[in-house]
Amino acid sequence: MSATVVTVTSGKGGVGKTTATANLSTALADSGQKVVCIDADIGLRNLDVVMGLENRIVYDLVDVIEGRCKLRQAMIKDKRLSNLYVIPAAQTRDKTAVSPEDMVRITDELRPKYDWILIDSPAGIERGFRNALAPADVVLIVTNPEVSAVRDADRIIGMTEAEEKDEPKLILNRVKADMVRRGEMLRAEDVLDILAIELIGVVPEDEGVLKASNQGVPIVLNGRSKAGGAFRSIAARLMGDEVPIEDFEAENSLFNRLTRMVKTGGQPA
Amino acid sequence: MIIDWLRARRGGSARTAKRRLQFVLVNDRAGLSPAKIEAMKDDLIAAISRHVDIDSKRVEISLTKDRKKQRLVADIPLATQRQRAH
Repeated sequence: MSATVVTVTSGKGGVGKTTATANLSTALADSGQKVVCIDADIGLRNLDVVMGLENRIVYDLVDVIEGRCKLRQAMIKDKRLSNLYVIPAAQTRDKTAVSPEDMVRITDELRPKYDWILIDSPAGIERGFRNALAPADVVLIVTNPEVSAVRDADRIIGMTEAEEKDEPKLILNRVKADMVRRGEMLRAEDVLDILAIELIGVVPEDEGVLKASNQGVPIVLNGRSKAGGAFRSIAARLMGDEVPIEDFEAENSLFNRLTRMVKTGGQPA
Repeated sequence: MIIDWLRARRGGSARTAKRRLQFVLVNDRAGLSPAKIEAMKDDLIAAISRHVDIDSKRVEISLTKDRKKQRLVADIPLATQRQRAH
């Protein structure tokens, strides 16, 4: 077994990196994969609380790096899935406590025993981002259909290319179908035109995401959530399954269904 | 819904967002701000003017992108024959 290291990053803060990391990790583990996720946002610990594991933390990533504990001791087992672990970020230190080489060393130690290692990158383009990027086999860029987030995503794409990583893949998060229909929100094709990278998933805006993080239960575990379904599809695409990108924009719209019927020569879509 | 569709076709704020992003990213990617391009234009006019008469008011420099390659395009009109003759 040799794990694939997936770094989830964005440039801009608040676009849903931690939500994406928690949900993709959970979805992969729920499909039977052995998964470790690492919170690389040193100083601002978040991944543990989104996954509902905040009360179980004893050691953190910096404790491992500085030799105060074994790697195994800093890995918190998930409440629900026995093949999912979280390595939390340190709260009392800053990003200089970790180097890109440390991240490569830690992931190399984990690789033989797991299928996937997900790294939640901090926002920004500084040291913390470089730490998260260093061991990546796959880079996922999370953005929202919003000018500042797309602009920052473009910067991150440039920096990923400069590190000679494979072309990053895009997650377009928090898409509001009704605003897209009214022409008041960038659609996936617009963002892809601008950023010119491959799309791995579109996640609709969903109140359930906030409720899920309130409760510390990733939304993928809620079978009815559209956002949860979108994250499960992304996890499946990571595993190499061919799952078509969902068209949330067209959903629930009689007019769209009618236009599709016209286009397909009267066959109900 | 029909109204939504008509409004979307006419172009809501999403169209403006796309146009602004395309513009700003061309500059970001090249590391060239509009002010830097303006300064470069002045240098270019001074350099070319030493060799040939140009219509300096109509010189245009723009950044464009075709597929993955960025390009700096300069449009430098020469002074007209009549201007030169007199």
